[in-house]
Amino acid sequence: MLKNSATHYGTIAKSLHWLLALTLAAQFALGWYMTELSYYDRWYHDAPAIHKACGMLLWSLALLRILWAIYDHPPPLVRGMKEWERLAAKASHSTLYLMTLLIPLSGYLISTAKGHAIDVFGLFEIPALFPAVKQMEDLAGKVHYILAFGTAWLVLAHVLAALKHHFIERDETLTRMISHK
Amino acid sequence: MKSPTRHPWLTTFALTLLLALTAPAALATQTYKIDPTHTFIQFRISHLGFSILNGRFNEVKGHFNYDNADPKKSNVSMEVNTASVDTNHAERDKHLRSKDFLDVEKYPKATFISTSFHEDGKSGSLRGDLTLHGVTRNVEFYVQRIGGGKDPWGGHRMGFKGQASIKLKDFGIERDLGPASENLYLDAYIEGVRND
Repeated sequence: MLKNSATHYGTIAKSLHWLLALTLAAQFALGWYMTELSYYDRWYHDAPAIHKACGMLLWSLALLRILWAIYDHPPPLVRGMKEWERLAAKASHSTLYLMTLLIPLSGYLISTAKGHAIDVFGLFEIPALFPAVKQMEDLAGKVHYILAFGTAWLVLAHVLAALKHHFIERDETLTRMISHK
Repeated sequence: MKSPTRHPWLTTFALTLLLALTAPAALATQTYKIDPTHTFIQFRISHLGFSILNGRFNEVKGHFNYDNADPKKSNVSMEVNTASVDTNHAERDKHLRSKDFLDVEKYPKATFISTSFHEDGKSGSLRGDLTLHGVTRNVEFYVQRIGGGKDPWGGHRMGFKGQASIKLKDFGIERDLGPASENLYLDAYIEGVRND
């Protein structure tokens, strides 16, 4: 089923979730790697170009996913969770959704701070919309760094929570995001 | 006496003599405030030995004293805001401000305070203490006095071009940009408006 059911995620929600999860993890690793490269490294130019292009794709994917979630509501949390767990889960999910928009946005503001567009694999360009702010690249860079690392910790908590649901509570939280049903 | 226009040196000589005899020494030295809208602190550095990268510092202030009678007494004091570095590339500028290069949070200012000046005609040599990245070194600028005099708006201006070569490593900037890029060339085009 493409759409969510009362208890399970649909194919579209699942695909968007895992595609975004994969891209986000890859972007985190690539972003970290590329900032450590020396000037003469083979990837000094290509790694940031790929990171920026993927970031723009991730951004549109995140927007699509949020719109889809508004249109097709996710199934409610499994039964038997404590009140604080429900609160923590909902707050984390909302924050993660928000971060998939804000992290690419802050990255976009670094690259476009002087009015230059972002090239996406030579296919098209994302134009600079806010180039007038002085030294915007520095502020945007700090925000990008803090949000990326903060979100990485949140993702870790998200993964651990999913594993706890699966192996300790033995409920459907993880399987309903994976299996066909 | 012949017309002074036919022998301008005579006028110059007479005026110099007059000035030397009558004017107090202080009057010969005139202070000029840097006009930031006509001052460009630029730099050049080789890119891999293939081309030249140009950049500049957009925020600069300072003043110079120029002594018409005895140019040796001239001096200059300048300050640039290191965070104003601009190479027309946001990511590079962000990187240049970081700890790898200028470390602008720790060293927000770069300064130059002259220690000696010699002028022969319109060209000269200016030595001074350049403080960059927290390191102070004596640097020599090759200087050309481009021009000076009354401007059309009621003031007096004077402008210079100064060029120097520095090694980034000498200023504790250790990031390896390759063998062709160890030297950075500073091109300063400065204009001052006389304090009247």
